[in-house]
Amino acid sequence: MDEFFKPSRRSFLRGSAAIAAGSVAGAASAQEADPLITELQDWASYTGVGVDETPYGLPIRFESDVVRRNVEWLTASPISSINFTPIHALEGTITPQGCAFERHHSGAIELTKDDYRLMINGLVDKPLVFTYSDLERLPRENHVYFCECAANTGMEWAGAQLNGAQFTHGMIHNMEYTGVPLRTLLREAGLETAGDLSDKWVYVEGADASSNGRSIPMEKALDDVLVAFKANGEALRMEHGYPVRLVVPGWEGNLWVKWLRRIEVTDMAVGSREETSKYTDVYEDGTARKWTWVMDAKSVITSPSPQMPITHGAGPLVISGLAWSGHGQITRVDVSKDGGITWETARLGKQGDTKALTRFYLDTDWTGDPMLLQSRAMDETGYVQPTKNQLREVRGENAVYHNNCIQTWFVNEEGIAENVEVS
Amino acid sequence: MSKSPNLFIPAAGGTVLILGLAYGISSREYGAATIESLETRVEQVEANAAVASATAQEKAEEAARLQSEIEQLAMTAATGTNLTQPAPSIEGTYGLGRMAVEEEIAAWDVDVLPDGRGLPEGRGDVYTGEEVFVEKCASCHGDFAEGVGNWPVLAGGFDTLADKDPVKTVGSYWPHLSTAWDYINRSMPFGEAGTLTADETYAIVAYIMYSNDMVDDDFELSHENFTDVEMHNSDGFVVDDRPELEYAQWRAEPCMTNCKPTVEITMRATFLDVTPEGGGESVMNHASADESPVFSTSADASNEDVADGGANGVDPALIAAGEGAFRQCKTCHEVGEGASNRTGPALNGMVGRTIGTVDGFRYSGVFQEASAAGTVWTEESLAAFLADPRGMMAGTRMSFRGVRDEADIAALIAYIQSFDE
Repeated sequence: MDEFFKPSRRSFLRGSAAIAAGSVAGAASAQEADPLITELQDWASYTGVGVDETPYGLPIRFESDVVRRNVEWLTASPISSINFTPIHALEGTITPQGCAFERHHSGAIELTKDDYRLMINGLVDKPLVFTYSDLERLPRENHVYFCECAANTGMEWAGAQLNGAQFTHGMIHNMEYTGVPLRTLLREAGLETAGDLSDKWVYVEGADASSNGRSIPMEKALDDVLVAFKANGEALRMEHGYPVRLVVPGWEGNLWVKWLRRIEVTDMAVGSREETSKYTDVYEDGTARKWTWVMDAKSVITSPSPQMPITHGAGPLVISGLAWSGHGQITRVDVSKDGGITWETARLGKQGDTKALTRFYLDTDWTGDPMLLQSRAMDETGYVQPTKNQLREVRGENAVYHNNCIQTWFVNEEGIAENVEVS
Repeated sequence: MSKSPNLFIPAAGGTVLILGLAYGISSREYGAATIESLETRVEQVEANAAVASATAQEKAEEAARLQSEIEQLAMTAATGTNLTQPAPSIEGTYGLGRMAVEEEIAAWDVDVLPDGRGLPEGRGDVYTGEEVFVEKCASCHGDFAEGVGNWPVLAGGFDTLADKDPVKTVGSYWPHLSTAWDYINRSMPFGEAGTLTADETYAIVAYIMYSNDMVDDDFELSHENFTDVEMHNSDGFVVDDRPELEYAQWRAEPCMTNCKPTVEITMRATFLDVTPEGGGESVMNHASADESPVFSTSADASNEDVADGGANGVDPALIAAGEGAFRQCKTCHEVGEGASNRTGPALNGMVGRTIGTVDGFRYSGVFQEASAAGTVWTEESLAAFLADPRGMMAGTRMSFRGVRDEADIAALIAYIQSFDE
């Protein structure tokens, strides 16, 4: 049995001593001159790459591990599957499109702007067809929103399963969308025919073979839903629904229909496959919750984490993480190093974005002792991110979706982190 | 600021005009009284002019203040806080988009509502359904809708919804039959969506109903009897009740200190070994399930009572312990019946064999050298290698830092030795 697994007073002292010794050595020892500094390096002598080399750039090859990853055993085929954003390796809040997770039900399709049509029909005054260029002529807005799959962290219901923030929390991305408010399009078609809007729905449908469709209450449709055609300033990527996708702020990703082709005003929920057989939450007694659209407040420490071990030893350590809430702004994040016994309030990178990722930091001095790292988000409604056990008490362990529990990383004395579950 | 002269000029101009008129009149030969009264008028006018001028000055100042407020707001907007507006909504419409023609709506608006609206005319029976299903669906869903591999199971699972792994099928779980018809019609078969006729879809749904014991084998489903079908789990859903059951409790100030007396690790992902490549790399691989820290409110956490792993001598318990420890090797190595080479060579019969001689495995240089020299794996050399792979075999491609715990090393060797060539 290794001594270092016991966070005893002794090891605490040893840790402190190590820091003290380290800092003294660092300051005083005259180490050998660094050849990276003293010797002329190739890159400082030869010329580099010209401006005509890369019309559209990718990250430098040294970052080739910062990529989306797939968990093969999760699904029957990568055509109807999901991959994971490398959130462990990203900073700030904006997810680059090229590594933002993908979820397809029948694969990503190529649809040109010229071939794009958007139909609005159902209980509207005049059913309309829009082209892509029509959409570009309507007043547009820019908003940063997170898009989280309802199944994010779903594999962790029964216990700690996957070793990496990418896999436990990577079904999420956060982009700045440019689009036309859905209400503008609905008004263009006219809602007189629909009469009382309080019990009306819009059914939204994609152009791909899965024709993924979901019903959204009219109240939400007229609120903040966007028909988006740009993300992070450029065209949507194919895998995110080029040329047009729906953005449904704060609500589960499955509603963010890609390759959006049709919006139908209806007087009831369609009860499509994705809103009955999937994306419903089965509880302990076998009954299921439906229409669980909002993604509750959630957070995760992205570094250190299993894919991001501490490699520098004891001393100054930046604990960095992400928090978000489908109910609005993140107002506070607390971090615990001892599995939830004591908490410290973290610093928010930037405040104010609603239904968007918020970066948080705890700038700390690591003793070198093992830690059980947790983060706990609070949103503007006062909601506090629950523990896994709190969720289980209400929902049991059979649910798949909407697991927003507090995540625990065990960091050992070497700085290696592991996904664990604690009492 | 630029706006202030505009406001000031009309007021001042008016005064000048009135004064000019007054002086013009006074230059003529009128009586002194008239002059006096005119002078009084002039005084009055001058007084009025002064008031007007003061008012104008006030207005100008007010305008300047507003102007500077606007400038400030513009500055704030530029630095990113306000003056943002939602996209404007206008009284009428923009007149964009064109009327959809009926044929287009018919082509795309094919969804079917739970009350059956949207169903086209048609019919199909169980027998026909079985034929179509076997031809177009069974490769993924199985001949009896039981599901192949990870593909969805469509039949059975009744009374499993409260189980640990509920089997959610069309029969056991789906609340509306319309969902099955709608989804099959629009999205199936996988890779050939939208190619089924209405009759084929009715037939397939009839067959799935039959597979779920919902109907007999002579059943025919049609647009006429569709809404008569009762679904097993139609009452199994409640509308999102998180606001009552969760939000009400969880919107409260959280605990910050001494929130619980102790914390123990109850489960670790490492021991499941389901993380794909790119996950935390062989993390915690020195640890055994027993080696978990206990955190407590005091710094004197003690876990002295944690079992000391490992016995000595080759006994079943040691081999079993080795099997546990071998989980950290499994990503790359297989051992036991049918073991084959993966990232690393198969390990059957390893101890006693010449190093670097497993058929079909491409060894690194250092292993090839050992092989050429005829060095044999012994318990001792394997122990040394496991403790420090790169120390013993410099240049090995095995990216593993070594096993720290001697008991684990002994257990691993015992476990590996339990499998012959």
